[in-house]
Amino acid sequence: MTIAESASETALRILRFDRVQRTTHWANAALFGVLMATAIPLYFGSFFGLVLERHVIEQVHLWTGLSLPLPVIVSLIGPWGSQMRRDVNRFNYWTRDEIAWIKSLGKTGLAAEKFNPGQKLNAIFVGASILVMLVTGSMLQWFRFFSVSLREGATFVHDVFALAVFVVVVGHIYMALTHRDSLRSMFQGTVSERWASVHAPAWLKELSAGSDPAQPE
Amino acid sequence: MSLPTGQKAGSRPKKAVGRRVFIGIAALGALGVAVGGDVQNFLGNALGSGLGGILPGGDRFRIYSITGQYPKISRRKFRLEVSGLVERPMTFTMDDLEAMPATTFKKTFQCVTGWRVPDVEWQGVQLSHILKKVGVKPGAVALTFESYDRADTESLTIDQAHLPDVIVAYQMLGAPVTTEHGGPVRLYVAPMFGYKSLKWLSAIRVVDRVEPGYWEQNGYPTNGWLDGTTGAANPDPGLT
Repeated sequence: MTIAESASETALRILRFDRVQRTTHWANAALFGVLMATAIPLYFGSFFGLVLERHVIEQVHLWTGLSLPLPVIVSLIGPWGSQMRRDVNRFNYWTRDEIAWIKSLGKTGLAAEKFNPGQKLNAIFVGASILVMLVTGSMLQWFRFFSVSLREGATFVHDVFALAVFVVVVGHIYMALTHRDSLRSMFQGTVSERWASVHAPAWLKELSAGSDPAQPE
Repeated sequence: MSLPTGQKAGSRPKKAVGRRVFIGIAALGALGVAVGGDVQNFLGNALGSGLGGILPGGDRFRIYSITGQYPKISRRKFRLEVSGLVERPMTFTMDDLEAMPATTFKKTFQCVTGWRVPDVEWQGVQLSHILKKVGVKPGAVALTFESYDRADTESLTIDQAHLPDVIVAYQMLGAPVTTEHGGPVRLYVAPMFGYKSLKWLSAIRVVDRVEPGYWEQNGYPTNGWLDGTTGAANPDPGLT
């Protein structure tokens, strides 16, 4: 990219996801892809036979699963994570309008912030699911420390959450493919001012005002 | 409880609900772990074997194979070889096994990793009956089982092998044991977790010491007693 191009772009474009966030997202996505790809033969082993030695698939699934929380944790804790932390804060704080929007299943009008309520819920759900999958998955791996009834409960929860996460991620990918500008910002980091005025007007206003209401203090 | 935060001049009131949703989802997971076994039983009954075979919560076997393949052995070619510390080494055909007194019972199949299938019907020959036929020599301590998959092995002590619900099974769920379930003949050790019930049984060797099997070499307890049925027979303090 030449200097001239980059200068003209920064004039028009707004940073939505910084480098840390993009890297975290794609690392997370890659790990998730491996988890899903290994989960299917493990879960449906009885249906389409087995491609690889089951033990190998299990080990790949185990180690990928254990490392799944790492990108998020690493991106949040370091000095590089200020943007990441600010956005997690955005997921936490909801306006009354947003709560009304969710309660009416999107029927009330809403000037969306950086993330709309659906995006916030998606992020919260995925975050909580990583925790639930990590805990139940660990219970299944180190089952000896738990009663059979808890192992059964962990199997059940691991299966149900896997299905739910799968459905949510398919929805997420569908939304990404039908909203190309959003998707592009997960590669390049920026969105156009015009995009923000349509999809995140309250955020655009917040940026031009120079304040950051997502920060509680 | 609402937490009025972020109320700088000009910003709209906000509530920290995201955190609560996060905790709520995690709590749902924890609740599921606590009651999931019962929910699974309920769902398993409700879904039956059709949908239950696919959806989470259904009662279904998860088919494991160490080699990634299912050895296919025809009924006609099947042989069970019993050797080692015995008076009369013998080789049994399917007809031989079926001619022996049959034992039939129902039992929940319980995997060590936490899935189970209730009320599975089994039919086969008590292992004790086979041992009686071949005559166990003094000095024998354990049995080593071998599989047609050439990978899995298992072990039982002589005492364990004489339990009445330890059988060499040729029928499962009211039909000949299918290939994926370890047919034509598999071991079924009812008082222990599923991994002890070696599939595609090909040989039994009577030996003078316990030889830990495939899963035991991968960290599973050699005595895989089901919790709760540890009982008087053979308590195993190593497994809780």
